[in-house]
Amino acid sequence: MSDVKLIKVTVDGEEVEVPLGATALQAAEQAGKEIPRFCYHERLSIAGNCRMCLVEVEKAPKPVASCAFPVMDGMKIITDSPVVRNARRGVMEFLLINHPLDCPICDQGGECDLQDQAMAYGGDHSRYHEHKRSVTDKYLGPLIKTIMTRCIQCTRCVRFATEIAGVPELGAVGRGEALEITTYVEKALSTELSGNLIDICPVGALTSRPYAYMYRPWELAKTDSVDVLDATGTNIRVDSRGPDVIRILPRVHEEVNEEWMADRGRFSFDALKKRRLDRPWVRQDGKLRPVSWPEAFAAIAARLKGVSGDRIGAVAGGLADAESMVALKDLMAALGSANLDCREDGAALDGSERAFYLFNSTIAGIDHADAVLLIGGNPRVEAPVLNARIRRRAMARVPVGVIGAEANLTYPATQLGDGPDALRGVLEGAFGDVLRNAKRPLILLSRAALARPDGAAVLAATWALVRSLDAVTAEWNGFNLLHTQGGQVAALDLGFLPGQGGKDLGAMLGGGVDVLWLLGADGFDASLIAPGTFVIYQGHHGDRAAGRADVILPGATYLEKDGTYVSTEGRVQRGRRAVFPPGEAREDWRILRAASELLGHALPYDDLFAIRARLAEVNPVFSRVDEVPQPAAVSAAPAGEAAATGSAAFAPGITNYWQADVFGRASDVMAECARAQAPSPAMAAE
Amino acid sequence: MTEGPVDHLDPNWRNSEAEPDSFDFDAESEAQIAKILARYPEAKKASGVIPLLYVVQKQMGRQTGSAWVPRIAMDKVGERLGMAPIRVYEVATFYFMFNTKPIGRYHLQVCGTTPCMLRGSDDVLRACKDAGKLKGYGDTSEDGLFTLTEVECLGACVNAPILQVDDDYYEDLDYGRTVELIEALRRGERPAPGSTTGRQTSAPEGGPLTLLDVPMLEERGGN
Repeated sequence: MSDVKLIKVTVDGEEVEVPLGATALQAAEQAGKEIPRFCYHERLSIAGNCRMCLVEVEKAPKPVASCAFPVMDGMKIITDSPVVRNARRGVMEFLLINHPLDCPICDQGGECDLQDQAMAYGGDHSRYHEHKRSVTDKYLGPLIKTIMTRCIQCTRCVRFATEIAGVPELGAVGRGEALEITTYVEKALSTELSGNLIDICPVGALTSRPYAYMYRPWELAKTDSVDVLDATGTNIRVDSRGPDVIRILPRVHEEVNEEWMADRGRFSFDALKKRRLDRPWVRQDGKLRPVSWPEAFAAIAARLKGVSGDRIGAVAGGLADAESMVALKDLMAALGSANLDCREDGAALDGSERAFYLFNSTIAGIDHADAVLLIGGNPRVEAPVLNARIRRRAMARVPVGVIGAEANLTYPATQLGDGPDALRGVLEGAFGDVLRNAKRPLILLSRAALARPDGAAVLAATWALVRSLDAVTAEWNGFNLLHTQGGQVAALDLGFLPGQGGKDLGAMLGGGVDVLWLLGADGFDASLIAPGTFVIYQGHHGDRAAGRADVILPGATYLEKDGTYVSTEGRVQRGRRAVFPPGEAREDWRILRAASELLGHALPYDDLFAIRARLAEVNPVFSRVDEVPQPAAVSAAPAGEAAATGSAAFAPGITNYWQADVFGRASDVMAECARAQAPSPAMAAE
Repeated sequence: MTEGPVDHLDPNWRNSEAEPDSFDFDAESEAQIAKILARYPEAKKASGVIPLLYVVQKQMGRQTGSAWVPRIAMDKVGERLGMAPIRVYEVATFYFMFNTKPIGRYHLQVCGTTPCMLRGSDDVLRACKDAGKLKGYGDTSEDGLFTLTEVECLGACVNAPILQVDDDYYEDLDYGRTVELIEALRRGERPAPGSTTGRQTSAPEGGPLTLLDVPMLEERGGN
């Protein structure tokens, strides 16, 4: 940033240095002055229509809107004077003319910008005696509740939908007193980021439908955690009350999610109360029977007696935390088994080098990419927040190419073909020059492209492409694998893959093992498990695999346990327990620790510190929380023959964003979203 | 907006029953569009949204006798200009010159701003109501011929009061001449626009009083 010219500005007598082109509001912020605002949002374009941020500028004839006023060298800004205060009081009085006095029944109450600022600038009574206007509520989908009479027309939502989410569906129609924010044609907003509208709305016009009339914000216990329902590693704050999660909000993390969050992570938590496994079950005479923990462990111990290690296998699901996976891996090692797999989808991941399975350019690095190639997937549904970053680059005229199924990515992209042939020939085409001329090309390989028979070849071909662009250096690694679930990178970091002579998922399912331990593994077709296999299902939802289980061990969801997760860019983050798991359910690594004792192979850790020390012992990355790996030159290449790619087109990985995981499938809210977003003729005609 | 408070927009403002099933530009419109779009660089063709909406409104007037802009036509405009539909709706609803609901064959726009009001716009309004069989502002007559709208200053104050019929200004009106005008429209005639008292442009009533001989002008052979 050395090329940015700094200029001196005086704010309330205090001199600050700001870059040329900064606004008066930014200068005031830098001087530590708080400027009230409604329409201004630092991540959106400047509208300048609420007029709340008025300040005095020396020699200006009247107060100016600081959010849209560029500073000049030597400018003197006064943020607090009788003129400023009066001007803001005037603005506030006008804003309140048509704003209803329904704070007592408004869900925004307690975290409402208008309420807060009315405390500072509002009058004690109204001088307005004419009719207040009222506005019909709009339908924006099952997640957003609208009470449009409360709207102050700041147009933050319009700008968010257009600029960040990339779905220009909201607009301000009409004019003057008749101005309304609407979609005009009533339909659910077609975005996976709609929950953020609730956060950016400064008043109670757009509120959360599932959270409607539940609690006041100050009544909720707040727990900082991370979202694992996609692999972005979104930082979240879980608001809970007693045993219930009430809502989930994003936390600011500039290098990960900025301040946005995807809808599935935000709204699918009602699944915590649906289809839960809340006590152990054992199958007896073909039927599952509720039992106590000791009985369940006894059933496992009885079955395992005399089974040799190579006939035992374990599969970790996509949402598993690192602690439980290391415990399961250690338990399997103690039992003499190397049959481990974390790739429920059968993706041909190569765990031999960390760079082979990470989003190496890092999420923040997307902002520096100067050419983007998306292979075999749709980041919009695989990682909506990450996709918003790619969109920002695309809008800055960075060329984006796509190899795979055509999809609406929310930004312009060049379709280069739909199969591996297009991938291998990409350098010959017109986009080849774009990639070759790019200093920091970003090649994004969706995990779905590896979950096919020629997956290893696709991985090798992509790596070879990145290598041929000379984009694996100590400055920049352009190879990026986009995972879809938050537990997968940790599994790979722990080496939860077939060991020496171990069997992979396919071999284990096909009768390769007699006992199969599933740790929240629901991502494959459970009917493929060979009939004679004894299945232990440890997980939180009675989803696909639990019905096939012989023993069910009720575990905890990511909101109910302290867990370590690694995002797709290799960032180690800690999730924290917000609520307790229901009934008999327990934290997963403790279940495994208890089982190990009864199986005669007691694991050597009894508390969270000890197991986290064990994590760091298995892989030192676990000791570096919230750090991303530095790019490094990698000379190795993934196993797999780049020339062996097939010709089948890449299939879209996630076809139903809302119900793509166990939470989405159990959640009523997500089911409603899936219905509302499905292209049905009845909706279109409405 | 003088008649009572506007509580909120009519919830049926999207006119589902009046909305045509399809809209396509006819040859005349296409010719106009080609001319309009030639004014803007390709990357900035969204600038043509206002003229194109006007083309739509004109075409609807030609085809159906009601010059308005249905939503489906706004979508067509958006398609043509590479704009999101909502961006077109925003423009179309912002300018009240665009009718987002069907109107009568003749759009009677009464100027009620101060100069016209002082010069007798109330009489013009009364004449419109009586002759057009209209209840008041916003009303469309039962025969579908007239829609009455109040407009703000039309910028022809020297010839006040003004009644704008579609695109034409009729000036220097009083009650009687307004009734005559409306009766003529009802018969399908289009009286010549301009002053109804026959005065020359906005010269003083009874003819010009100044600049009666302008030597320079005569030398040049002008009038």
